[in-house]
Amino acid sequence: MNGVEGFMYPNEIGLQWSILIVLYPYITGLVAGAFILASLVRVFRVEAVRPTYRLALLTALSFLLVAPLPLQLHLGHPLRSPEMYFTPHSSSAMAMFGYVYLWYLMAVLVFEIWLDYRAEIVQKAQSTKGLLGLLYKVMTLGNFNISHEALELDEKIGWVVTLIGIPSAFILHGYVGFIFGSIKANPWWNSPLMPVVFIFSAMVSGISAVMLLYMATTKIRGLKIDVACVDTIAMYLFYTFIIDFAIESLDLIHRIYEADESFRSLNFMVHTKLYIPHIVIQIMLGTLTPLIILATTQLVKFNETIRKRLYVIAGSLILIGVFAMRWNVVIGGQLFSKSLLGYTTYKLALITKEGLLVAIALTLLPLVFLYVMVRILPPWPEKQNNALASGD
Amino acid sequence: MNSFKNAGHLLRFAGLFVIAFVLFLVIRHYYVPKSFGQYGHYRGDAIKDDAARPTFYAGHDTCETCHADIATKKSGGPHAHVNCEACHGPQAIHALADDPTAHIPVKPDSATLCIKCHAASLAKPKKFPQVNEDHSMGMPCITCHTNPHSPAIDTTGTGGKK
Amino acid sequence: MKMNRRQVLILLPAAAIAWESLMAGTPEEAPNYKLSDHWWSMLIDVSKCIGCGNCVRACSQENKVPEGHFRTWVERYHVDDEHMTEPQVISPNGGFDGFPAATDDSGKYFFVPKLCNHCADSPCTQVCPVGATFVTPDGVVMVDRTYCLGCAYCVQACPYGCRYIHPELEVADKCDLCYHRITKGLTTACCENCPTAARQLADLKNPKDPIHAFLRTHNVQVLKPQMATGAKVFYNDLDGSVH
Repeated sequence: MNGVEGFMYPNEIGLQWSILIVLYPYITGLVAGAFILASLVRVFRVEAVRPTYRLALLTALSFLLVAPLPLQLHLGHPLRSPEMYFTPHSSSAMAMFGYVYLWYLMAVLVFEIWLDYRAEIVQKAQSTKGLLGLLYKVMTLGNFNISHEALELDEKIGWVVTLIGIPSAFILHGYVGFIFGSIKANPWWNSPLMPVVFIFSAMVSGISAVMLLYMATTKIRGLKIDVACVDTIAMYLFYTFIIDFAIESLDLIHRIYEADESFRSLNFMVHTKLYIPHIVIQIMLGTLTPLIILATTQLVKFNETIRKRLYVIAGSLILIGVFAMRWNVVIGGQLFSKSLLGYTTYKLALITKEGLLVAIALTLLPLVFLYVMVRILPPWPEKQNNALASGD
Repeated sequence: MNSFKNAGHLLRFAGLFVIAFVLFLVIRHYYVPKSFGQYGHYRGDAIKDDAARPTFYAGHDTCETCHADIATKKSGGPHAHVNCEACHGPQAIHALADDPTAHIPVKPDSATLCIKCHAASLAKPKKFPQVNEDHSMGMPCITCHTNPHSPAIDTTGTGGKK
Repeated sequence: MKMNRRQVLILLPAAAIAWESLMAGTPEEAPNYKLSDHWWSMLIDVSKCIGCGNCVRACSQENKVPEGHFRTWVERYHVDDEHMTEPQVISPNGGFDGFPAATDDSGKYFFVPKLCNHCADSPCTQVCPVGATFVTPDGVVMVDRTYCLGCAYCVQACPYGCRYIHPELEVADKCDLCYHRITKGLTTACCENCPTAARQLADLKNPKDPIHAFLRTHNVQVLKPQMATGAKVFYNDLDGSVH
């Protein structure tokens, strides 16, 4: 009955946060991770990954635009959400979402993309006609100054913005971890490591996503994948993943060794209701397997084709594993009773407001945004784009 | 200054922020409820709103203003602490009415009412009086415990004490 | 709580005045109610609870609690001396219909009525992003139904499982200590209808409230003290196995 085993407090039987709240940290994580990859080029001068710089920025923006949608859909009163901006409660971790989001969206991502694309925007505003031309004109903000001095200034400002963007990306996603980690009522969430785990898993997932998108878009455009670039990304992915793995293991080992009052209950949950998503998907499939694959590519010199395939497999597994991690945090944290005496079941609906179909649509929506943005602001050199356009 | 001239587009971008911020302040002024912040970070009038909800249970003090006789009867017996509406249900509708006789409460049925508390269970405190089903031999409780307001059986009368 | 004749005589006119103002349709102007004069709490005597469920039913009627959700509920514990930290707990429909008769003779049984603890340092009001739930100046944790987003973060933050999302209103809902009653000099619906006086509304700011004497002379606990929430629902005779 109700999928309850043992004793739940009677108000706990239904879950409050659904798959949409799983998507939210997943999507913001991809944003933060993609941005960190972009910052490798801009701030840390890793020239090998330059081909992915603009794509990473556009990916971050398209996912960021979608990030608040699952939250909005989940609210009982979506129209009241402006209250978050007008009367943010200073003691609430969640209240800062609106401001952190806006800051990151406008002051970091949009600003940086605008600065980086400004020269092209101005050129297109002068050469393109019709509605699209008008759009470019609006994007210039009525200033067509692309003199050498102006662009040099943009370059400098852009560097500063990226520099500010790195901690901003950490805040954007670290605070999502804090939303969970600061809940003392919930032993599955309550951990000071939670924000750190969220940040590193975000970086891993974002880097994987951009790597896969880069390989996919290059393939679609019929061009040759820059193997040196993917090799470098894979290397950084591997190092970040090791840190992520170390921190997550630390969290796990700490919980097992400390074995506090909640341990028996949580341990039971992990070995029963969460066995598949936690042990099998998150740890075995989504962490250990890609970690071994990436380690092998670092150690053994495979030929290019095999390397690329291994990267695709590792990247995809990581995306699945990180999604499973978000699932296990959000859903897992609600499957056991705060009395530590029982367990409930999450029933994923198919066609409700918070059902599977909406979740799938929200996952695909950023790709649609990305497609549109790539059309307006092509992230790759114009010549190839023109070749593609004339081929159309 | 020359470098300032080249920063024109940046100033325009910053201008967008300023406009948005001013707009934000204006909307905020009209959006936030007037009593917000009266006592703390919340709508002060929410307290009044909650206090204005209708009442369904009148409270035994109210019952006793009219039914003083029952209150006296009850006060000596084991049900002295059992308030009227615990058995008779919510009676604000009766107490609030201009004509209370228009809303006469339904008399509780002792066959179903008494066992809600007095059905025997190992889980109940040992001191609490409890009966098994065979205690009444199918008769309603009120047959012997003639006065539910003071239900102890009168040992001076004909009925024997259990 | 025994009252002598004189106290009753003083209370009666007060109640009459309260009712007059009620009938006049201006309930919020209950006579002489000052927010700063009160600090509400509740005292629950576990050894007196018989698990009849009267409080749950009364609460449900008084507050129109949606079915399947509870502002107050009753749990029945069965603790075996070999499993002191693994109690068998049941709360069928929150205890609304009472409990089935217990038959297993081993170990001990007791009932624990639960409700919002009206914490002074409440984790639920802390996390509300917009100020839609808050502690009133008289110590009641309340939800503003016109302001709540329905994000359910407060439900997650409550260690006691006292909150739920109202299925029709789509806002957080919980016990408000019958605020519409206590501000008029009435007690809560659950206390009013408890046949064994296992539940007592108490005003910690009222020096004459019998709770002060009780707290001084009894072994009283709050639920999950390790959560440091400043819970104000005090339990007498609470067993260590209660979660």
